[in-house]
Amino acid sequence: MADALLEVRALSRRFAAVDALQDVNFSVAAGEVHALIGPNGAGKTTFIHHVSGALRPDSGSIHFAGREVTHLSMHERVRAGMARSYQITNVFAGQTALDNVALAVQGRPDAGSSFRFWRPVVAERRLFDEARAFLEQVGLDDQAGQLAGQLSHGEQRALELAMALATQPQLLLLDEPMAGTGPEESARMVELIEHLARHVTILLVEHDMDAVFRLADRISVLVNGRLICTGLPDEVRQDAEVRRAYLGDHL
Amino acid sequence: MAFYRPARWQNAAVIVSLAMLIALPELLTALDQSYYTGFATRVLIFALAASSLNLVLGFGGMVSLGHAAFFGVGAYVAAICYDAGIHEGLLVLPLAALFAGLFALLVGAISLRTRGVYFIMITLAFAQMTYYLFVSARAWGGDDGMPIYERMRFAGFSLLADEALYYLALGVLALCMLLFARLAGARFGRTVQAIRDNETRMEALGYPVFRYRLVCFALGGAVAGLAGALLANLTGMASPNLLQWTQSGTLLVMVIVGGVGYLWGGLVGAVVLLLLEEFLLAWFEHWHIVLGLLLIGIVLFAPRGVAALFGKRHG
Amino acid sequence: MTQLVLEQALNGLQFGLMLFLLAAGLTLVFGIMDCINLAHGSLYMVGAYFVAAAAQAADSFWLGLGAGIAGTAVLGLLLELSLFRQLYRRDHLSQVLATFALILIANESVRLIWGPAPLLLNPPAALSGPVEIAGFFYPAYRLVIIGVGLVVAALLYLLVAKSRVGMWVRAGASNREMTEALGINVRGLFTAVFVFGAALCALAGGLLGPLLAVQVGMGESVLILAFVVIIIGGIGSIRGALVGALIVGTVDTLGRALLPTLLRATLPADAAATLGPALASILIYLLMAAILFFKPQGLFPARA
Repeated sequence: MADALLEVRALSRRFAAVDALQDVNFSVAAGEVHALIGPNGAGKTTFIHHVSGALRPDSGSIHFAGREVTHLSMHERVRAGMARSYQITNVFAGQTALDNVALAVQGRPDAGSSFRFWRPVVAERRLFDEARAFLEQVGLDDQAGQLAGQLSHGEQRALELAMALATQPQLLLLDEPMAGTGPEESARMVELIEHLARHVTILLVEHDMDAVFRLADRISVLVNGRLICTGLPDEVRQDAEVRRAYLGDHL
Repeated sequence: MAFYRPARWQNAAVIVSLAMLIALPELLTALDQSYYTGFATRVLIFALAASSLNLVLGFGGMVSLGHAAFFGVGAYVAAICYDAGIHEGLLVLPLAALFAGLFALLVGAISLRTRGVYFIMITLAFAQMTYYLFVSARAWGGDDGMPIYERMRFAGFSLLADEALYYLALGVLALCMLLFARLAGARFGRTVQAIRDNETRMEALGYPVFRYRLVCFALGGAVAGLAGALLANLTGMASPNLLQWTQSGTLLVMVIVGGVGYLWGGLVGAVVLLLLEEFLLAWFEHWHIVLGLLLIGIVLFAPRGVAALFGKRHG
Repeated sequence: MTQLVLEQALNGLQFGLMLFLLAAGLTLVFGIMDCINLAHGSLYMVGAYFVAAAAQAADSFWLGLGAGIAGTAVLGLLLELSLFRQLYRRDHLSQVLATFALILIANESVRLIWGPAPLLLNPPAALSGPVEIAGFFYPAYRLVIIGVGLVVAALLYLLVAKSRVGMWVRAGASNREMTEALGINVRGLFTAVFVFGAALCALAGGLLGPLLAVQVGMGESVLILAFVVIIIGGIGSIRGALVGALIVGTVDTLGRALLPTLLRATLPADAAATLGPALASILIYLLMAAILFFKPQGLFPARA
């Protein structure tokens, strides 16, 4: 098996009296698309929060690209090469799509420090050229000048993706990128992710089973905070415990 | 909210206003009202202090009720300089900004670890602590404050004449507003405004949010210190009352009335409030009741402040 | 020496319990309604004024206290219905501005009605003498304040920890949306909490009136201390308010009394004379900063 880019060992977290995550052992190999599925409330988003650094576990560890990142803050993990998109759209509604992505480009370590006080940002052509390129990648170049808050829901999801991409991550955490999108936008998103998968390792949380089975190299199933199965899509599809725990009809 | 972008007619308005302000002392003397030069200087100084708070509050999104502490520290640095025999403004002003800024760095380092209501209360508490510190410091005048018997010089020029101090204050204000304007459009300004709008998002884009907030907070404190030093030279003393949290409240009111997050918000607010105070106080001794009702009216009906009424908001 | 310490410890306890009365109302308003109320100190001041005025008119301290508390509760009700209801859904900055405006109005109105000189409020005649405890004399009135404070603290504890209303209050403090979703009459709860807080302010103001001066601006200094109490104790927690208040009350009182003496014994006289009072007055703020460093949410945060 290829080297694990992301490795999670024995991750546990309790909220009050609820075991949100129980002893989760999980890994994502470099270059693969790994999907995480499970019924609502299984803890998938909580898991992503832990990987990205928004939450800290009670016990267990997280390793990324060979180093332990369990105690690193979110922004430090981002600088190390991890990026995420949000389940509930989290863009700067009052800025244009271009400005949104430009912020993401500006935040990269190779873009230099943002402790600059004199030169106007609008004069930095390179930032905006790059931002435009990322918008093109997700198919939003026509909407570059539009306020993010006025984009359609699917366009906003695409913008989320563009911003995550602009940080040039090694690992992309996609939290339900197709949440709330219609069939046409979903199809476009799937194509986009397929295209991206050639350059970036992806950890995908999704409910849309068609998308999952089309995109994933491997699938893990999370139920009630426990990882009950990991394997190739066909293996997971046949697994008895998964069928029992999950809504079997979709599989 | 959108990134601040200046109105198209901003540059014209600035040049005209600046010209008027430069001509003001002459005008006042001609009208035999040169007494008001001191008042005008006071307005300029508070415009500077309010603008420094606007940086922290309007651009940085940090509701600080402790800004007066830095204002007061600057005043005391000026008084201590005078006491120590340092009479040159070219030294006093940077020293005031430096000490106020360092103090703000310290207060910010502790306070910015908290959020929301906690942050507001903690900045308030620190300001009050600073007040008690200076009040009980016998060496610095305690309750009565510390006098400055003779105004500092600036680059060799005497500031004894009211007009001289007025022009210095105007110069400092103009310079700082220029710096703020550049800052707002530069990477730092954009970053800080984006953090104000969506902190989690910025964190998720790899920005060390705490660091940016801290620098913004410290910068605001440093400029407030500058204003404080000027005020101490205007009034001839550094008074502990400058450090009271009610002074922070006054600065806050100026920024809100003028327009939070608009470049000229602090300035407009200071002008409006001080003019109102000067002229309404003469009519109605208890005019603070009117002011209070006005402020409540603003909160309920015109939350974006006076500057916004002139449509300076751009998307 | 021990007598001095005992006396100051009792003073600290008394001060702490009065701070608790103020902090309790404040922490609930912050915790449940997420509303920052800078005018809480003004309620304390107005309460003291009402009590003083009523006591003078009725020529009785206790009647004055009762009337003053009732009057302040009514004022609190009017304020809540007219202004604070609008403020709950607004951002913190708007709340700061509006309540700051209230302080301006309150201070100036009080000055308009009663003039700038402090109002006289005498303790009840029966309590104006000293009482002997453990071999020294302590003012009876202060003992009564301690007694009232302890009784109110006990009642509040019972109310919040044991009653249904208390349960709603605690639920509201830890998760407002959920409480609303459960169908609790949240508006009524908010009003009740606010009015109750106002009454507690008036009680504290009236009780402290004979000891401190009833004058314009008396609320501001006390307000900050109440904030410090809540920061230390944790927003939304009555228990935190009590613990915080006792800590602040005793540390502040004992610090001011003992620190200068302590420093004089260990440092040269010059240094002690300047350092002593300065350090004593900022002692609680240093304590607050220290606690914040390790527990930014306070000692007993009510929110998850």
